[in-house]
Amino acid sequence: MDLLEYQGKQLFARHGIPVPSGKPASTVADAVAAADEIGYPCVVKAQVLIGGRGKAGGVKVAKDRAEATQYATDILGMDIKGFTVHEVWIEAASDIASEYYASIVFDRAAKAPLVMFSTKGGMDIEAVAEETPEALVRIHVDPLLGFQDFHGRRLAFEAGVDADVVRPVGALLSKLYDAFVAEEAMLVEVNPLIVTGDRDVAALDAKVTLDGNSLYRHPDNAALRNPSQEDEQEQMAHERGLTYVKLDGDIGILGNGAGLVMSTLDVVAQAGGAPANFLDAGGGSKADAIVSAVEVILSDTKVRAVLFNIFGGITRCDEVAKGLIEAFDVVKPTVPFVVRLDGTNDVEGRRLLAEAQLPNVHTASTMNEAAEKVVELAAAQGAAA
Amino acid sequence: MSVLVDKDTRLVVTGLTGREGTFHALNNRTYGTNVVAGVTPGKRGQDVDGIPVFDTVHSAVDEAGANTAMIFVPPRFAADSILEALDAGIRLVVAITEGIPAHDELRVYTQLKRTPGARLVGPNCPGILSPGKANVGIIPASFFKEGNVGVVSRSGTLTYQIGNELAQRGFGNSSIVGIGGDPVPGSSFIDIIELFEADPQTELIVMSGEIGGSAEEEAAEYIAANVSKPVVGYIAGFTAPPGKTMGHAGAIVSGTAGTAKAKAEALEAKGVRVGRTPTETAEIAMEILSA
Repeated sequence: MDLLEYQGKQLFARHGIPVPSGKPASTVADAVAAADEIGYPCVVKAQVLIGGRGKAGGVKVAKDRAEATQYATDILGMDIKGFTVHEVWIEAASDIASEYYASIVFDRAAKAPLVMFSTKGGMDIEAVAEETPEALVRIHVDPLLGFQDFHGRRLAFEAGVDADVVRPVGALLSKLYDAFVAEEAMLVEVNPLIVTGDRDVAALDAKVTLDGNSLYRHPDNAALRNPSQEDEQEQMAHERGLTYVKLDGDIGILGNGAGLVMSTLDVVAQAGGAPANFLDAGGGSKADAIVSAVEVILSDTKVRAVLFNIFGGITRCDEVAKGLIEAFDVVKPTVPFVVRLDGTNDVEGRRLLAEAQLPNVHTASTMNEAAEKVVELAAAQGAAA
Repeated sequence: MSVLVDKDTRLVVTGLTGREGTFHALNNRTYGTNVVAGVTPGKRGQDVDGIPVFDTVHSAVDEAGANTAMIFVPPRFAADSILEALDAGIRLVVAITEGIPAHDELRVYTQLKRTPGARLVGPNCPGILSPGKANVGIIPASFFKEGNVGVVSRSGTLTYQIGNELAQRGFGNSSIVGIGGDPVPGSSFIDIIELFEADPQTELIVMSGEIGGSAEEEAAEYIAANVSKPVVGYIAGFTAPPGKTMGHAGAIVSGTAGTAKAKAEALEAKGVRVGRTPTETAEIAMEILSA
């Protein structure tokens, strides 16, 4: 789960990481009131879950109330790479002497947290890593030992920070590691980490990704989910406990098991179709879950045809068939369905479907045949429309 | 032969008394797996259809001679349960549980690597099936028969799909190993491919990967340097958009890293043939075995 910048900064602050003072606002009036309280100059920053806000005009320094009003008006509601700005963060302007970079990532290949630090902050770190890899210092930390003071000193010295800030940089990195572990993050990134004219250090930006599987232990973090940043179908699926990812095609997909669903999307694409979504109905999918899933898939008005690809293991094909029959009763779909049932109780599942004689439901005996059929039907629907 | 589980397996199931634990443990026993114990703290003295329940894995080892553990407890207890099994001297732990926090998995993995001879398969995996010998986990065994194809996969249902395609073409399996879809799998493709390479029954290896991480790329290097048996690959997730978790916690394209295309290319560059669909994957396997 990704956090907005200000949510990340509030999380940092809880772990003693210095961040500039600020307030979130979702209306122009609140933004101006926040700016008045914080004082001028202040920074008006768009809060969206995508990089490149500055270039898009989503970050502005306001030197007085008139500018704060203007910028808040411009930025709220702005579209940044497809994300609508619903909130701004009003922050005290910082006196920046140097810009550094710090991050901790959950390194899957090394199976350890990777701490990265560079004095080349404030720019695209992937470009830094590519052009001057020596400028990006990397240290893996033993997860059972944790971050030690020497790790901080090594990172600071090897990156070549100014001598007077070696200690405060090390201390900030140590707190950042505490936050990474305590909040169970997959990523914490500070770009830039600044040194001020008074030689203080602070996190001027915050990018935080939390582990969705750990949220049950962090109810405060779980409440930070940003439904406004999610697509309508994704929100709906989330509320129903379904694993759904919106894609931009016109063929709705339902399968059981993440790998099989991913594979189904690929096979549909190879047959010339464009999947509208990823939906994993999960192991042991019961009838009501299927009804729910059909509702979510069909709430996407672009969908012209739907493919059910089931290989029953724990999932029983007869349950899936019952779910589909019930869904037709509840949702009354107008688009064609192609259903492929294989595996546990497949004979019974197919029999139930045949008996129900659902309108415009086609069966297929293999995954490839099912994909070809659904692509054909979606194209025919498109031509008819 | 086969790998990891067979007639010598003596299985303890943590979470045996739970609904899912009971269902699958009894299924495994029906298949022929020697299920010797269950563990549920506070329920010592009970039994599940004759399988004795203990309070700790340690007593299951001491009193029932368990040598393999299957983890069926909910996510919040799973890391502890795996560590308990390792501490009790179990050297093969199969973790079925889905949804274990990633930081828990990191600590478990680090401890695992400090435990000589220990092996963890999973978490978030369907388990291991050695047809005709033992089934530890949730793989629907009726679709598979004994044979010479070793299968290792990050996905459960996709494994059944590919396995079924092979079965329809007359091929069986030495063992089927689900390594799971989480970011920190206890066993990698390399760990399992190494076992298949050494297993006399296995004549061909099918590896089924998916987006996210770099395990397939690492396997490609390993295969080129160390594996004499033919390997056929499959990768799911060519159409997955970056930054989205595709069902499995580990299935995510981060920036430009972890794409299906890069993985397929890495394997092909090392001479591993990669099927574009599960069907084509089975066809390639058949072609190689029939040659």
